[in-house]
Amino acid sequence: MSTLQIDFGHAKPRIVGIDLGTTNSLVAVMDLTGPRILSGIVPSVVSVTKSGEVIAGAEAREMLITHPERTVYSVKRLMGRGVGDVQDELKLFPFHVVPADAEGSESVLKLQLGDKIMTPPEVSAYILRKLKEDAEDVLGAEVTQAVITVPAYFNDAQRQATKDAGRIAGLEVLRLVNEPTAAALAYGLDKRKEGLVAVYDLGGGTFDISILRLHDGIFEVLATNGDTHLGGDDIDNLLLNIALEDIQSEWGEDVSGNASLVQMLRRAVIQAKEALSFAPAAMIDLEYGPRKYQREIDVELFNRLIEPIVERTLGPCRNCIKDAGITVEQINETVMVGGSTRIPLVRSAVERLFRKRPHTELNPDEVVALGAAVQAGILGGEVEDKLLLDVTPLSLGIETMGGLMSKLIHRNSTIPASETELFTTAVDGQTNVLIHVLQGERELVKDCRSLARFDLKDIDPMIAGMARIQVRFLIDANGILNVTAKDLRTGKEHSMDVKPSYGLTDDQVEAMILESYDKAEEDFKERQIREARVEADAILGAVDKAKEDDAYQALAQEDRTAIDRSINELRLAYHSDDHLLIRDQIEKLNQATMALAEAIMNEAVGKALKGTNIND
Amino acid sequence: MRFYDALGLEPKLALDSDDLKKRFYDRSRQWHPDRFSRGTSEEKKRSEEMTSMLNDAFRTLRDPVTRAEYFLRESGLELSKDAPPELLEEVFELNMALEELRGGDESARGQLVSAQERFTGMLADADSGLGGLFTSYDGKPDAAVLEQIRATLNRRKYVSNLVRDVEKELNVHSAN
Repeated sequence: MSTLQIDFGHAKPRIVGIDLGTTNSLVAVMDLTGPRILSGIVPSVVSVTKSGEVIAGAEAREMLITHPERTVYSVKRLMGRGVGDVQDELKLFPFHVVPADAEGSESVLKLQLGDKIMTPPEVSAYILRKLKEDAEDVLGAEVTQAVITVPAYFNDAQRQATKDAGRIAGLEVLRLVNEPTAAALAYGLDKRKEGLVAVYDLGGGTFDISILRLHDGIFEVLATNGDTHLGGDDIDNLLLNIALEDIQSEWGEDVSGNASLVQMLRRAVIQAKEALSFAPAAMIDLEYGPRKYQREIDVELFNRLIEPIVERTLGPCRNCIKDAGITVEQINETVMVGGSTRIPLVRSAVERLFRKRPHTELNPDEVVALGAAVQAGILGGEVEDKLLLDVTPLSLGIETMGGLMSKLIHRNSTIPASETELFTTAVDGQTNVLIHVLQGERELVKDCRSLARFDLKDIDPMIAGMARIQVRFLIDANGILNVTAKDLRTGKEHSMDVKPSYGLTDDQVEAMILESYDKAEEDFKERQIREARVEADAILGAVDKAKEDDAYQALAQEDRTAIDRSINELRLAYHSDDHLLIRDQIEKLNQATMALAEAIMNEAVGKALKGTNIND
Repeated sequence: MRFYDALGLEPKLALDSDDLKKRFYDRSRQWHPDRFSRGTSEEKKRSEEMTSMLNDAFRTLRDPVTRAEYFLRESGLELSKDAPPELLEEVFELNMALEELRGGDESARGQLVSAQERFTGMLADADSGLGGLFTSYDGKPDAAVLEQIRATLNRRKYVSNLVRDVEKELNVHSAN
């Protein structure tokens, strides 16, 4: 049971790369030979059991059928969004949302799961925690640092929510990387020294298009575009609605309120959808107690249904090419990412638009996690020849007179990017200035996304226009806004209060972490001990059995004594809470039984050579 | 000028775009926050400052128009927002045609299309004119040349806004 650990020279903690997807999530790490997926796909589903325990992954996915009202899927669609944003979406979800409080629609969404109330970052944190544990099991070491991928078109609030989820899960998020950019890294397209690459990423819930220029290991994003509410989920919902209508007319009953049935049906339509990527027709097949529903969907009908969805991806592609300042003919390679790019209609539409056959060699479900691991390698210093230069997907600005948005940093600016603006007072004796920061491309504030309100407070009372406060807006390498203010009269940092429009405050996140982080460390330790004990059980059982063998009797007395002594020591260590001690004793018992194991092996080989089947 | 400093360049109006790109990539490799993820918080902060400055500098200097605007601003000259007097008559007619098209008079379309072509031509002229002025000023810094550059940029900005408006209007009405 020894695991081979590749050490990069020092005892540096490993940074993992995580693809936190709408439907599925994955964790990967950079090895000497390249990026490697660390464990199986973890469904991005979280459920609260009757006893109040929170579970994530495959186990939670089963709860979707049995306890849909206390189970969350596709939580990524809710990250960084307000109650008002997601009304349409919520109709399709089986779980309940805690009604908005007096603050109105600009407040953090809260989900009611059983008797627990959780925000989307907390739900995501449980998925991250599961990935962290899986990674720790494979690596045999604690994991505390990660690179997490996000859709390129995620706005500031959605990015911040993802980073918060990491913190809550006990992970230091060293970098948020855009999914299409990560995919480009995974494809190792830099082998081509110079060139232009388009990455088309259609996942479970989001769509991104990015165009990159490759230059000697530098991946420079020229432009990005997308839709954070467009993906495979939308296709599922189309099929689901058809099936629900069918059932209503066949059974004479509206079953859309039956959450458990709807989730079973959702699973059935997903199976049919996936089959349609390879077969000319597929069956939506549902058995609910004594009742049955079946419907065949052929590719022709399927294509007709999904054409509007595929079409919706093409507009952003054209805009992206335009923003990159290139023509479609100049693009050398096209890369496909995300499970939905398995659909033949999607592939042909992309091929037609970009006029070349897209790369599909890597598993579209894994490529983003692999790229995240490469970026983790870059940050860890193991990968030195590559560098990502990404952009901000949306323009950043502030509210000015008359409800207008004044842009400070334009979309597709390479990040980190910054801009400074001078603020002053408008009336005598004014002691604070409010700054409303927005993201978006439209001219009116109401058409843009509110990010936060900053209150420059405690300004010394003076004549209007005398105060000079310089505010610096910086979009960091994660695409997240940082704001600092300096009083030019004193040269000192000026304090301010920040109220995020759709996010958690620092204090809120902090409160969530302390609870789960301590527990996470405890969990890890417990798991280490549990695993060591499982191993101890295995070797103790094997030695017990070997002692019945003739070879044991043939051993020298001192060898037998040594074995017994090691067994006793292991049994003593077994109940300690020190997993390293248990492992030490396992190793000692292994050493002590080496001669015995050899003797048994020789005996078996001898028997086999005599023509006796050892399986007899 | 700090944007020039960030790229290790003398403040000149005419720049070689390949050289600029190379400087940008070389410095990115050196300074990018990815290179300091295990560094001290002081190093991280410095790397972020330097890289954001580098990015802002490259974005501004790689385009001749934004570069010249920056150069003028740093030299204490602001662009004006007024219409260049020599275009007044033309702009007046153009606005009339735009009004007519908005009112549903399709006969104005031809006039707008030809105006659009004429203005696009003016933009190209302005751009090629700038190149000559840049070299001339770099060779011998003369306030009169800088003033000429400012006039060209003023006109260019105004014309490019006109082109945008006409394009928008033509598109809106062709969609109907």
